[in-house]
Amino acid sequence: MTSKARTLYEKIWNAHVVDRRDDGTCLIYIDRHLVHEVTSPQAFEGLRVAGRPVRRPDLTLAVPDHNLPTTARLDAAGKRIPIADPESAAQLAALEANAPAFGIRYIDASAPEQGIVHVVGPEQGFTLPGCTLVCGDSHTAAHGALGALAFGIGTSEVEHVLATQTLLLKQAKTMEIRVDGTLGFGVGPKDMILAVIGRIGAAGGNGHVIEYTGSTIRSMSIEGRLTVSNMSIEAGARAGLIAPDDATFAYLKGRPMAPRGADWDAAVAYWRTLPTDAGAVYDRTEIFDAAAISPSVTWGTSPEDVVGIAGVVPDPESFADPSKQEAARKSLDYMGLQAGQRMQDVAVEHIFIGSCTNSRIEDLRAAAAVVNGRRIAGGIKQALVVPGSGLVKRQAEQEGIDRIFKEAGFEWREPGCSACLGMNPDKVPAGERCASTSNRNFVGRQGPGARTHLVSPAMAAAAAVTGRLTDVRDLMGGRTA
Amino acid sequence: MKPVTTISGRAYPFGRKNVDTDVIIPARWLKTISRAGLGRGAFETVRREAGNVFDDPTYAGAPILIAGDNFGCGSSREHAAWALGDLGIGAVIAPSYSDIFSGNAFKNGILTVVLPQPVIDRLMEVARTHPIEIDLERQMVTTPFQDRFAFEIDPFRKHCLLNGLDEVGMTMAMDASISAFEAQRAASQPWL
Ligand code: SF4
Repeated sequence: MTSKARTLYEKIWNAHVVDRRDDGTCLIYIDRHLVHEVTSPQAFEGLRVAGRPVRRPDLTLAVPDHNLPTTARLDAAGKRIPIADPESAAQLAALEANAPAFGIRYIDASAPEQGIVHVVGPEQGFTLPGCTLVCGDSHTAAHGALGALAFGIGTSEVEHVLATQTLLLKQAKTMEIRVDGTLGFGVGPKDMILAVIGRIGAAGGNGHVIEYTGSTIRSMSIEGRLTVSNMSIEAGARAGLIAPDDATFAYLKGRPMAPRGADWDAAVAYWRTLPTDAGAVYDRTEIFDAAAISPSVTWGTSPEDVVGIAGVVPDPESFADPSKQEAARKSLDYMGLQAGQRMQDVAVEHIFIGSCTNSRIEDLRAAAAVVNGRRIAGGIKQALVVPGSGLVKRQAEQEGIDRIFKEAGFEWREPGCSACLGMNPDKVPAGERCASTSNRNFVGRQGPGARTHLVSPAMAAAAAVTGRLTDVRDLMGGRTA
Repeated sequence: MKPVTTISGRAYPFGRKNVDTDVIIPARWLKTISRAGLGRGAFETVRREAGNVFDDPTYAGAPILIAGDNFGCGSSREHAAWALGDLGIGAVIAPSYSDIFSGNAFKNGILTVVLPQPVIDRLMEVARTHPIEIDLERQMVTTPFQDRFAFEIDPFRKHCLLNGLDEVGMTMAMDASISAFEAQRAASQPWL
């Protein structure tokens, strides 16, 4: 033995240190940079003012997603339909101009590959195990599902990466979240990660990079792993990681930007060296039993406000911490809920199936399986399905999933961030309630005054057909485990 | 970036505590594509108050802002620093700041001076009638009344501000190391 046992995080970190300062700050090389329309205009402006080029346009990929409307993009004649909101239109126009001006590959709003950055990266094989990947968006953590060290950055850092392909960072602590066993019937990756955040708290991962381990994760699909890693930031962690394995390699093989031929074989050989060594030590470990997790739903305005669907709205007094009591009181007031109310009695008016957390093909299949042969309930004002990318959309259409949704009364939209955040026309009106597969239930996140309940795709579908938060296990035949 | 050596002139005697970034620049200004022009949105809600310092011609174009504890708390938006810069503010003086805000201010060439509340009170009083001077090299705030208040600053930040070095420029100066890393990476992981 030459060196000490290391974690996946430490291996990736060490492989990317360009320079180390005395105070521990490291200059870290960035292998992949995803750029979207909202956090990039001022970064490009900074480059332009200073007369600086993009150092490695070949490692950079730009795609619009955040404020692109999800209605039709082209008219009957194939011409681009203009975006009504002038500010959104200006941000999109800026990206469209900046990408070619700086030599960056750009996926156009009407291209078949367009989608949410965090869906597009893995899907195109842009995201690879062992690489460092950044994007000016906090849910960049998603890419960790493939074993990439991926995290969100601010606009100054976007500019720094564009100009230098590096970032100044301090090494984080490591936290292992180990989940063993089999998730029950009707319980999916989203329920699992919500349960994890519910227990460790929205600040539980502060200062750490989480690595998800255990048999539940090992047997989970790449789509499911992306859902889990995506929400690492909601547990306060800088990034999430899952060791690459055969499932990862099978997912990536043949993707448009993935390595090919001899490069592929060399890459896989390297990727196999990445998993955490036996005997490596994490700064902290939390252990979960998959079988004990039930379909999860949030009741408040923080992703840590999680209960099982069979549960009730908690009494704010039941929290030990006085500041949490106060936060819970405020949340219940905002959400229009009473302590002790059964979650399953809560009626919803909106359904959102989409976002970088849950808009991949498996998510749509899981929701469609529940919706199949049913109709949305009378009280539902709007039910949206927004595929994560054009490729997901097309595959779903080939499988006939779009018909299932449309026949049930859902709207089948074009890819984008949509109602995940109130930056584009898809918003939840003030005081109205949405069962949403997105990742943040913050005050005003889905629109000013909007009330969000985070759920899995199957649970969102169940809420759509009953008009209230519903235990999908009951709906699908009463099996509970 | 322009080197920062001394900043002198009138100072807005704002003085409020816990000024969050939403007060500095409201969320509706986030959908911009330029850093320039954000000064128009700076302190938008405060400017609706009669007699606010930002619309008082006495302080028009003042390069210094005096504030209370915990300046720049709340959302991490870098627009707060851009808005202050666009308003013409080159330095803020306050008892404390949120870490993210002071980091963003520094990255945008804005000096954040930390001085205790009694000093802030004195500077607020002077600022209403007279200019103030901040000398970064000597780490000293002075007034025309012979007040001298020394302040601390991270040596790295001081060096960068004095020499007009932005972080991007500093890292670009390490081009040789980055290029060497890239060469080694191209050899060991040609698929990247
Ligand atoms: S879907 Fe939501 S969380 Fe994901 S990138 Fe878009 S806005 Fe961010």
